[in-house]
Amino acid sequence: MSVAARATALIVAVVVVVGLGVFVALYFIGGTSALPTVHYAASGGQVNVVLQEDPQNNSASKPDWVSYYVQDPSSKQWIHTTLFSVPANTKVNVTLYGYDGCTPLRNNYFSQVQGTIGGTVTVSQFDQHGKEYVPNHTTSVINGWSDCNVGHTFAIPGMNLFVPVASPNAALSANNLCSSSPCTTTGNPYALETFSFRSPDHGGVFRWQCFVPCGGGYLDGNGGPMQTLGYMMGEMDVVSS
Amino acid sequence: MTTTQTPTQPTGARHGLRIFLIWLILSLAATLLIWFVWKPHMPPGDMSDAARHQQFDIAVLAVSAAPVIIFVLVYFVYSIVVWRARPGDESDGEPIYGNTKVAATWIIGTTVIVLWLFVFGTVELVGPAGAGAGEGPSPIWKLSGVQTASWTAGSNDMLQVQVIGQQWAFTYRYPQFGGMESAELFLPVDTPVTFHVTSLDVIHSFWAYQLGVKADANPQVDNVAYVTPKALGSVTVRCNELCGIWHGAMYNFGHVVPQAAFQAWASGVQAKERADGILAALPPYALTYDPTVIPQLGKNLPKIDGITGAAGYYYPPSDPVTP
Repeated sequence: MSVAARATALIVAVVVVVGLGVFVALYFIGGTSALPTVHYAASGGQVNVVLQEDPQNNSASKPDWVSYYVQDPSSKQWIHTTLFSVPANTKVNVTLYGYDGCTPLRNNYFSQVQGTIGGTVTVSQFDQHGKEYVPNHTTSVINGWSDCNVGHTFAIPGMNLFVPVASPNAALSANNLCSSSPCTTTGNPYALETFSFRSPDHGGVFRWQCFVPCGGGYLDGNGGPMQTLGYMMGEMDVVSS
Repeated sequence: MTTTQTPTQPTGARHGLRIFLIWLILSLAATLLIWFVWKPHMPPGDMSDAARHQQFDIAVLAVSAAPVIIFVLVYFVYSIVVWRARPGDESDGEPIYGNTKVAATWIIGTTVIVLWLFVFGTVELVGPAGAGAGEGPSPIWKLSGVQTASWTAGSNDMLQVQVIGQQWAFTYRYPQFGGMESAELFLPVDTPVTFHVTSLDVIHSFWAYQLGVKADANPQVDNVAYVTPKALGSVTVRCNELCGIWHGAMYNFGHVVPQAAFQAWASGVQAKERADGILAALPPYALTYDPTVIPQLGKNLPKIDGITGAAGYYYPPSDPVTP
C-alpha cells in the first residue's frame, strides 16, 4: 500500500472514531435537551418561580413516579419538567405547592431551612375542602420526623440552599391525595410554601434535588424519579446578563 | 590487497563506564529537580500532616523511579547511537548468555528496588498519619491529643467530626458542640481531628483533597480517619465512590480557620440550631445510624401506604415499597 493510501486510511479511521464519539456525546446531550426549560425573566430585579410536586405525573412512561412541575410564567400552564432558568444576581421568589404526602427525611437535618433570605419559609396547609388547617406562618424548621409534614425537599447543594417542602398532614396523606396531575388546589389537600433566595452573580447550571428518599420501590428510595431529570431532580440554569 | 579500516570502538568496560557516568549525572540532576523543584507542587500539597506525608511519599517514589527510568532511556539511546548497525553490516549482535556480571547486577538491582519499596511502603502505611493500619473501622493507633467531651481553643483537645454521606451531599456533625450538624466543613488549624465517616444510604467516599484524607463512607460502619490541619485555607471535599447519577456533583468546600474563629463558628451554629429546634429534632449522636428506623416516628403516625411501615419502620429492606 502506498504512503498516500495509508495516510488516507489513517485519516478516515480517525475521522470515524472521533465522529462516533461526537455522535454519542451529542446523542446524550440532545436527550437532555428534549426536556423543556421554563425561562423566568426578571421584573423589578426579581423573578417569581412557581413549582408543584405531585404524587404522580401525567407522563406515558412513568405515570406513578412522584414528580415536580414548573409553571410557565406566560401561559400559567404546568410544564412537566424540572429545568428552569433565572437571571443571575436576582432575587428569586419561589412559590411551591406540595400535593404529595408526607415522607420522613432520611437525615432530619434537612428539616432546617437554609440558604433562603432570612433563613425561613412561609407555609400554610389546606385540606381537600380548601380549609386552611395550618395558618400561614413563617418558620425556619419543618420537622419531618415529629409531625410528618414534609413531603420532599427543594435543595440546591451548590448554593447551600436546603428547603423542606411541606405536605398535607399524615391523615390527609393517607387518604385524600391528589390523584390526577398536574394537581389543582380545588378538591385536593396541599401545602403552600413561599421563600426567596438570591441567584448567584455568575452564570452556570446548578443542579437541584430532593433529599427525601421518595423513589419508593428502588434501592434506598433513591432510584427512579430521584435520579431522573424531569421528576425529582432538576437543573436551574443561571443566565448572566 | 586492501584491508577495511573499522572505527575504533571502546571496550566493554568503557561502554559501561560511559553509560554509568551519563546515568549518574542525569539521575543526580533529576533527583535534585524532583526534590527541590517538583516536590513542593506535588499533590495533595502540605495543608496537613497527612498531606505532607503523602507529598513526601510521592516525592520519594518519584526519586526512586527516576534513576530506573533514566537508566532504561540512557541505555536505549546509547544503544541506538553507538551500537546501531552500519550500512553493510549484516552480522548478529554479540551473544551475552552466561554473563555473570549482567545477571548479578540485574538480580541485585531489582531485589534492592523491590525490598526498598516494600519496607518504605510498609513503614509509611503503618506509621502515624499514614493511610493504612492507623485508620479504618478499627485503627490500631490513635492520633495524639486529648479525648474530651467538649472542645476548647488553645488546648490539645482532639476534635471529633462525624462525616455523613447521603445521595448526594455530605453533612458534618460535631458531638463536642451538642451534636450540631452542618452542611459545611469547618476545622481549626493545628488541631488533631478524628473523622468518623459513615453513610445513610449507599457507599460514598469522603475525600478532603488538600488535607490528604480519604475514607469510605459505608452504611452502618464507623470509618475512622485522622488529620491535623497545618495551614489555613479552603479544602475541596469530594465523593470518591461512584454513588449515583449525581456522584460527580457531590462536592463542597471546607475551611480551615483559626482555632478561635472555629470555636465562634461552632458555638454560633450550635446556639442557632438549639434556638430553631433542629438540634432537638436530630437523632442522638451515634457512630452509625440505621436509616430504616426512625424512633421518633411510629408513635403518632398512622401507616401511610407506600411510604412508611408500622412502628416507625421506614422503607424496610424486607418490605420494599412499590409506588
